[in-house]
Amino acid sequence: MPTITEPTALPELTTDDLSRYSRHLILPEVGMEGQRRLKAAKVLCVGTGGLGSPLAFYLAAAGIGTLGLVDFDVVDASNLQRQIIHSTKDIGRKKLDSAAEKLTALNPALNVVKHDTMLSSANALEILKDYDIVADGTDNFPTRYLVNDACVLLGKPNVYGSIFRFEGQASVFATEQGPCYRCLYPEPPPPGLVPSCAEGGVLGILPGLVGVMQATEVIKLILGKGEPLIGRLLLVDALNMRFRELKLRKNPECPVCGTNPTVTELIDYQQFCGIVPETPQESSVKNGIPQITVKELKRRIDVGEDVQLIDVREPYEYQIAQIGGKLIPQNDVPQRLAEIDRDREVVVHCRSGARSQRVAEFLKQSGYPRVVNVAGGILAWSDEIDPRVQKY
Amino acid sequence: MTIFIPTPLRSYVNGRDAVEVNGATVTEALSELTESHPELRKHLFTTEGKLRAFVNLYLNDEDVRYLPAKEATAVSAADTLSIIPSIAGGLPGLAVQAIALARTEIHAMRTLNQEL
Repeated sequence: MPTITEPTALPELTTDDLSRYSRHLILPEVGMEGQRRLKAAKVLCVGTGGLGSPLAFYLAAAGIGTLGLVDFDVVDASNLQRQIIHSTKDIGRKKLDSAAEKLTALNPALNVVKHDTMLSSANALEILKDYDIVADGTDNFPTRYLVNDACVLLGKPNVYGSIFRFEGQASVFATEQGPCYRCLYPEPPPPGLVPSCAEGGVLGILPGLVGVMQATEVIKLILGKGEPLIGRLLLVDALNMRFRELKLRKNPECPVCGTNPTVTELIDYQQFCGIVPETPQESSVKNGIPQITVKELKRRIDVGEDVQLIDVREPYEYQIAQIGGKLIPQNDVPQRLAEIDRDREVVVHCRSGARSQRVAEFLKQSGYPRVVNVAGGILAWSDEIDPRVQKY
Repeated sequence: MTIFIPTPLRSYVNGRDAVEVNGATVTEALSELTESHPELRKHLFTTEGKLRAFVNLYLNDEDVRYLPAKEATAVSAADTLSIIPSIAGGLPGLAVQAIALARTEIHAMRTLNQEL
């Protein structure tokens, strides 16, 4: 919550403010005092991607005084289907720079604070402490638990949103009265190698829906009006266009916000989520699977070697781009082992090298003596061998 | 009663988003679901039969963990049961877990083969 509660201590509205926010000012729930509260507020958006784009845009438009952005990523063409704060001309630019430019163009009075870093246990408390409210637009479990724990430790509300394919979740965590993310999910799921939007997919509009709900909750918290989503989990099913609401309870045994917390400082969230950092030695042999570069694969194909190349992506991905492998989607591999020759070396590839690594490990364990994984997959092939192979 | 199936599990129930079952309690309803769709069981429960930590169950809008009778709570035809997995921007807990599970099973099968 904003620390400034006395109306006399709130910043005055300028003449420009009065005309810009006139539709707010005539709302009894906002009015002059509410707009001054928004102007005094400092909100941190973690991530300027799918959720962060609409979230930051609407907060800037609404007249939030200070908006912090945390991101270390650069804009990629595949982001533009949903990350509406970035434009085609921004491809290759830092998301932070691209987002800050759009936000200040929309509202020049906005104070944008750029945190060009990956949020970590080492910097989270330092970054979060200056803000009144944190809006979590992250896309991975380690950062999600990190943001949650840091918000609980600092006593900051955490406006949460999460998406998958056509489904979204939103809630407000870590307020004194309400539950936190760990009350809902005490433990993360086991690790799945490289978490990536590419594998699950997402309807581009969905983060728009969920991000705007997050922005709404942020503004309500600042105004102190309405019923916040505290203790409630809002579920959105965009495919059926159904909204449902579930009750969330504060877990007295919650390790971070319970009565006897065991987590009293930030921990190693990569480790908590079971993600083991790669060591350089592992790059050529990973979990017992030799890694082949796209250059080496190309060389072997060029010299006429009959490579048994298996593409474990989905058929719709194959339609976008392929490099001549036999298509056996990862989930079909166990039933279609008869189609993979055990006596020959098996070279497995996917889009990025993550899924094919898992399949390669499966084949090895299923008794295939020689299995190698194509490091970097289609993406590396497009970058290093043939740019005509479409990246996605 | 109606059991709502989340997106990551729909492939195990022929793509449906909801399944009708007749059980008299939450446990019975889930048993009926996993008996007619056996693939679901390992995604929802540990080998000890405990609900997985990143999957939550809601009877109507109440978390089953906080109901006095928990999973033994009686249910009627008008009730709904929702399975709510943790999701994070494209990679849901259940999908992650399915991968980990496949590995564990492969390992177990391999151990078994070696023993035989």
